[in-house]
Amino acid sequence: MRHGGQPKLAAMSKPFSILWLQAGSCGGCTMSMLAADDVGLVHSLGRFGIHLLWHPSLSAQCGAEALAILEDAAAGRVRVDALCVEGAALTGPDGSGRFQILSGSGRPMIHWIKAIAAHARHVVAVGSCAAFGGFPAAEDNPTDAVSLHHLLGQDFRAQGGLPVINVAGCAPHPGWLVESLAELALSGTCALDSLGRPRAFADHLAHHGCGRNEFYEFKASAARPSDRGCLMENLGCKATQAPGDCNIRRWNGYGSCTDAGYACINCTSPDFQDPEAPFGETAKIAGIPVGLPVDMPKAWFVALAALSKSATPKRVRANSHADHVIVPPARLPPKQP
Amino acid sequence: MTTPSRLIVGPFNRVEGDLEVTLDMSAGQVQSARVTAPMYRGFERILAGRPPEDALVVAPRICGICSVSQSVAAARALASVAQVDMPENGRLLTDLMLACENAADHLTHFVLFFMPDFVHPAYAGRPWFAAAQRRFTAMTGEAARSLVPARARFLHLMGLLAGKWPHSLAIQPGGVTKAADSGERIRLLGILADFRHQLEQVLYAGSLEEIAALDSRAALDQWADKAPLDRGDFRLFLHVARDLRLDRSGRGPARFLSHGSFGLFPAGVSVTGKITPLDHARVSEDLTRAWMDGPTRPNADKDGAYSWCKAPRLDGLSFETGALARAMVAADPLAGDLCGPDGGSVEARVVMRLVELAKLVIAMEDWARRIRPGEAICVESPLPLHGHGLGLVEAARGSLSHRLDVDGGRIRDYAIIAPTTWNFSPRDAQGNPGPLEQALQGAPVRDGETTPIAVQHIVRSFDPCMACTVH
Repeated sequence: MRHGGQPKLAAMSKPFSILWLQAGSCGGCTMSMLAADDVGLVHSLGRFGIHLLWHPSLSAQCGAEALAILEDAAAGRVRVDALCVEGAALTGPDGSGRFQILSGSGRPMIHWIKAIAAHARHVVAVGSCAAFGGFPAAEDNPTDAVSLHHLLGQDFRAQGGLPVINVAGCAPHPGWLVESLAELALSGTCALDSLGRPRAFADHLAHHGCGRNEFYEFKASAARPSDRGCLMENLGCKATQAPGDCNIRRWNGYGSCTDAGYACINCTSPDFQDPEAPFGETAKIAGIPVGLPVDMPKAWFVALAALSKSATPKRVRANSHADHVIVPPARLPPKQP
Repeated sequence: MTTPSRLIVGPFNRVEGDLEVTLDMSAGQVQSARVTAPMYRGFERILAGRPPEDALVVAPRICGICSVSQSVAAARALASVAQVDMPENGRLLTDLMLACENAADHLTHFVLFFMPDFVHPAYAGRPWFAAAQRRFTAMTGEAARSLVPARARFLHLMGLLAGKWPHSLAIQPGGVTKAADSGERIRLLGILADFRHQLEQVLYAGSLEEIAALDSRAALDQWADKAPLDRGDFRLFLHVARDLRLDRSGRGPARFLSHGSFGLFPAGVSVTGKITPLDHARVSEDLTRAWMDGPTRPNADKDGAYSWCKAPRLDGLSFETGALARAMVAADPLAGDLCGPDGGSVEARVVMRLVELAKLVIAMEDWARRIRPGEAICVESPLPLHGHGLGLVEAARGSLSHRLDVDGGRIRDYAIIAPTTWNFSPRDAQGNPGPLEQALQGAPVRDGETTPIAVQHIVRSFDPCMACTVH
């Protein structure tokens, strides 16, 4: 599938092909990507010479024609620069993989993932289900859902030399995938953190650029959903620990979780699906949140929090318990007409 | 082709999630069909044992396509346990998010999933083929290149109100977590104005009001004929539908179900044209042909089973749900004309989806104007330790219900029936087929076809969401 008539980097002479599979997924990663850069996945990747060999939601080929593409990929007869897998690998019941049979093929999805991954230049786990197991792997894990890393083995390296690239997030920001794939297409590699997440987004914290920063500084905390105050002390926000640049570049033009008034649930990290306290409550011991900012000594945090609380301006305190600004910043009275 | 033969169609793409269809054919047509949902994750089990409020995080993740619909269903189920009502502002903002998702889904379905069917080489030579190819070649056609960006900008509404899409936590039992201030209200109106413009220029080549006012087959035909077939993608579809007789294709059960939505569409059921109230207590799920030993106990080896999907029935009968069903239950004259006494068709489902899209955008403009910055958006909703709740919503694809039992401050039982669970259900204990299974009977199969094109149209006309279906 060529993308005629769209802007493309002049230097991108070599096409880069993606094969996309949906494993134990909700389809939300694809939905997120459909809004990439306000132009959509196909166009935003096309700028870098990246095209979709087959995608379950977007391609023309159905049934036998689609299966032929997958068979060619599994046999190494067609070049796959990146195998993108969305969703967890469902290995149950009893290791059979029968909780997800790839329709029309009679074989489990885990068979297809393993077969195609063996030939792919890169293997990309799209979203936290593929990266770490995610919600299908929650608690008693009814389907024995595992991450790609687990399915393919600790020592797995794709043909290009990299382990599974974990574009985590539930759903991931579309930019994270587009930029990771473009980086692979341009340079053949991608810097990863210790959990296989591209550093381009994982070197930031969701806290960076949070629109509630003034409330955070003064520990002026929200008490109920819809309050404008900081969500960390009471409402379960983990943005100070969560990798991601979601508050530096917004979602869907304007948004982020904290901007919209609810807690960051650290969806880019393993086991986020099974928190210590309800998602909307902060786990505490002796009144102090268990999850403090990743690299801050606890004693300092407690001391600074006490100090900043005592210095909270009235305006900040009042606004932290309201759903809209009730006390504007002090300034000269407005001009009279 | 007179000897019966069997065809297994999959992977069935351009639908949401995993789907396989088994066709038994003779004399050039489908004699009987079996619809298989081949993927199971067990969300009802994942929900059990958790604090009830956690459903607000877990439920949307059942489905990244109907994420807000799942949020609203969970919030309504919890609100019915807590016995709270949203303030007016909270309801308007919730409706805007839900309608945004439904409208965006209708557009995605039409542009990306359904219309590329008609670029199939089997149709080369039809009078509309060149236009279909230009507009709807998968991924790169003109329609995708203008309407996918329009959809992405429309989803800025989600950025503003939901923080992101999919998977937001902005919708709560007592309202929403994000107010719209006066500037944001203006931005919402700006987003809606841009989306209206794109739809009117590209999709309809006409005003939203003109589409919403279509009230009969004759009015629809007249509208289709008043301009060349490639003036607007809706008109192109109407010409394709007329040429291929899609009004006769994919006849469903003539029984429709709607939970009602937005005050625009009433709740109820329509059976061969007669509309009666909906009593959700008469809904049950039949497990005969599902790989399930109990509502949450999977068994991949179960005898006679062929799908992970359960079979919801109302008074023991299958029902079709979706935009067409919402219109039928509302006694919409156009929907009634298109269906006649024989039930839904490929044409009727697609037409009513696009008519609903126009109506939703008109309504959203009104709701955005009615937002009152500064007034309450959320009330507190403390949950009792024990209780029973039911949350009903209309997702893009139809009726979605969440039923939960809270015991000792934990979820004891959580039961979800999704739109495509209704539409793509397997047979029940009496052997009655699900709506799609019924709609596929009689579909023509041409010699040598491995993935019959008529079957593809019928399946996609329902806009299935398989992620929701099994959950």
